Amino acid sequence: MLPCTGRIEESLLLKAFENGADGVMVIGCLEGDCHYVSGNIRARARVKRVYDILETINIGAERIRMYNLSAGEGAKFAGYANEFVDQIEQLGPSPINERRSADSKPAPQEEKT
Amino acid sequence: MITGTPKPIEEILEMVEPYDNIIVAGCHGCVTVCRVGGQKEVEVLSSTLRLAREAADSSITIKELSLERQCDPEYVESMRPVVEDYQAVLSIACGAGIQFLAEKFPKTPLLPGINTGFLGVTERQGEWSERCQGCGDCVLHLTGGICPVTRCAKQLFHGPCGGSTGGICEVDKDTLCGWQLIIDRLKALDQMDNYGKLKPYKGWSASRDGGPRRIIREDMV
Amino acid sequence: MKSGSNLERVLEAGHFSVTAECGPPRGADPDHVRKKAALVKGNVDACNVTDNQTSVVRMSSIAGCMLVKESGVEPLLQMVVRDRNRIALQSDLLGASALGVRNLLCLSGDHQKFGDDPQAKNVFDIDSMQLIHLVKTMRDDGVFPSGDKLDGAPKFYIGCAVNPFADPYEIRVPRLKLKIEAGADFVQTQCIYNMDTFKRYMEDTKKQGLHENIKILAGVTPLKSAGMAKFMNKFVAGIDIPEDIIKRVGDEPKEKQAAKGIEICIEQIGELKEMEGIAGVHVMAIEWEEKLNEIIDGAGLLPRPVVENEVVSP
Repeated sequence: MLPCTGRIEESLLLKAFENGADGVMVIGCLEGDCHYVSGNIRARARVKRVYDILETINIGAERIRMYNLSAGEGAKFAGYANEFVDQIEQLGPSPINERRSADSKPAPQEEKT
Repeated sequence: MITGTPKPIEEILEMVEPYDNIIVAGCHGCVTVCRVGGQKEVEVLSSTLRLAREAADSSITIKELSLERQCDPEYVESMRPVVEDYQAVLSIACGAGIQFLAEKFPKTPLLPGINTGFLGVTERQGEWSERCQGCGDCVLHLTGGICPVTRCAKQLFHGPCGGSTGGICEVDKDTLCGWQLIIDRLKALDQMDNYGKLKPYKGWSASRDGGPRRIIREDMV
Repeated sequence: MKSGSNLERVLEAGHFSVTAECGPPRGADPDHVRKKAALVKGNVDACNVTDNQTSVVRMSSIAGCMLVKESGVEPLLQMVVRDRNRIALQSDLLGASALGVRNLLCLSGDHQKFGDDPQAKNVFDIDSMQLIHLVKTMRDDGVFPSGDKLDGAPKFYIGCAVNPFADPYEIRVPRLKLKIEAGADFVQTQCIYNMDTFKRYMEDTKKQGLHENIKILAGVTPLKSAGMAKFMNKFVAGIDIPEDIIKRVGDEPKEKQAAKGIEICIEQIGELKEMEGIAGVHVMAIEWEEKLNEIIDGAGLLPRPVVENEVVSP
C-alpha cells in the first residue's frame, strides 16, 4: 500500500520490469497538491531516472510514465490509463518479455532450402 | 564524507561482460550518505544489470549485499563465505573499500562501480562539495577555517591571483574564489594580520606526493 | 646593483623606463621571435618573453629570451609556477642566469583550463610570492632554499605583477606590500584603461610608501578596435575598460579605429609619465609589435637612454 508516490523508489519500478511488466504507469497528485507536500515531486525525479536507465539499456524509455491528477478526476484517470495502454500496445512487449516467450517457442528448423 | 559518482552504465556493462554471476557490494558508510553506493543503489544497479543483460539475449546472476563498511577487516570478513561462489565483485564503495576487498579476496576480480570523488560536505540534498585534500599539514587556523589547498584552484598561499572577479574563480563561474572567502572570513574574525605574513613553502611530502601514506598509533598497536 | 641588467640601470638612474612584450611562437620556428625582437629593438629597455601564457603551449620563455638576446635586445624572463615544481624552477633559474638573462617576472600563471591541455596536472608547488622569495634567497644569500651553498649565485632583477583591477580591491595593495617584502625589485601592472581606479590604487600604494621600495611600471595595451575592447571587457578577467574609451574608438569608422587606439595609448602613457610613483611603462602590443615604435616615439620616449655598465660584485 502506497501512501504517496513519494514512497516509490527506483528499485521498485525496475523490479516491475524484471517481473514482466511491459509498461509502468505512475500516478501522483497534481503538482502543488501533494498530501505530503512534495512526495510527487520526488517521484517525478525518480521516474525520470528510471526513464533514462531504460533508454540506456534498450528496454525503452517510453515504457514508464508519470501522470498527475487529483483523486476526484475519475474520467481523466480512465483517459490516461487508456492512453498509456495504447502507448504500450504500440511499443509491443518489452524486450524482456520477448526474450522470455522466445525461449518457450520450439527451436527454429535447421533445414533451409 | 568521501563522495563519488556512479560510473556510466555502459562502462559497467563492459566491465561485467565476461561474467555470468557476480556480487554487487554496497557500503553503509560515506557512499550511503551521498547516495551513490548504499543498499538502495545496490538494488537499482543490480536490477539495471539484469534487465540490460536479458534485453541483450543474455543473463546475469547477482548476489546483492551491503557491508557496514568496506574499509574495516571485520566487516569485510562477513562476506568471505559467499565470495568464492561468484566470479567477480562489483563494488560501489569508495576506492579505499574496493581496494580493501581486492586485497582480502585476491582470487576474485574486483570491479569499481563508481568513480570516487573527494572529501566533502553536503551543501543540501543532492549537492556535495569538496573541502579537504588531505594534505597532511592543516593550516585552517591561519586562514579563517577555509582551506587554500582545496578551495583555491591554484593552491596559492598568498592569494588571490589576478583572475579573481567578484568573488568568483577564473576556472568556473560557479566556483567561488577560495581566497576571497578566506579574506572575508579573516576580516570577520578580525584576523587580517594573518594575511600579511609570508608563509613558508608548503611541505607536500606530507601529502600524497610523498608516496602512499600510513598512520601508526603506537599506543594502539 | 643587484643584477646589473639594463632595465635596472635605467631605473636606478632615474629614467622613465619602457618595456614591451614578446610572445613566442606555437612552434619551433626561431625566426618568429627574431622578427618580433627586431621590431622591439631600440624601443625598450627590456623585453618580456611570456611563459605559456593562458596555458597555451608556446616555445619556452628561456629559449625565447635567448633569441631576443641574440637580436640585441635585453630579455625579461617570465616564469609561472603553474607548470614547474620548486626543483625545476630553481634549475631553470640557474640555467637562465648562466645564459645571461638578468630580468625575471614571477607569476602564478593562468589556470591550465584555458589552454591546449586542460587535463594537465596542476603543479603550483610554491606560489608566485614564494618564488620571489626563492630567487631573492639564491641571489642575495648565495644558497639554495635547502641551505646548501650555490656554485655561483644567479643574478636577477626580480619582478612581479599586480592587477589593480582584480577583486577584491582592498587586498591588492597589501599583496603588493607582501611581494616587496618577499623581495621584488620592480612590478609590472595589468593593462590600465580605467585611470580613476588606477589613480586610487596609486594613492593607496603611496600612503604606505610602497612606491619608494619598488619600481612600478604601468601596463598599457593599445586597442585595435572597439570590438577588441568589448571582447576584453567581457572575457578577460581583471580588465576594466570604461565606456567612454570604447566609445571614442567605436565612434571612428572601422578603418580608423586602430589609429584611434594608438592615439589613446599614447595619451595614457603621457598621463602615466606625470604620475608620482610611476617609474616606467610596460607596453603590451600583443601581436601588434610593429606599432611599438610609433607608440613609444609618439609618447616622446625615444631614444632610449644608455646607462653605463657597473661592475656587479660576484
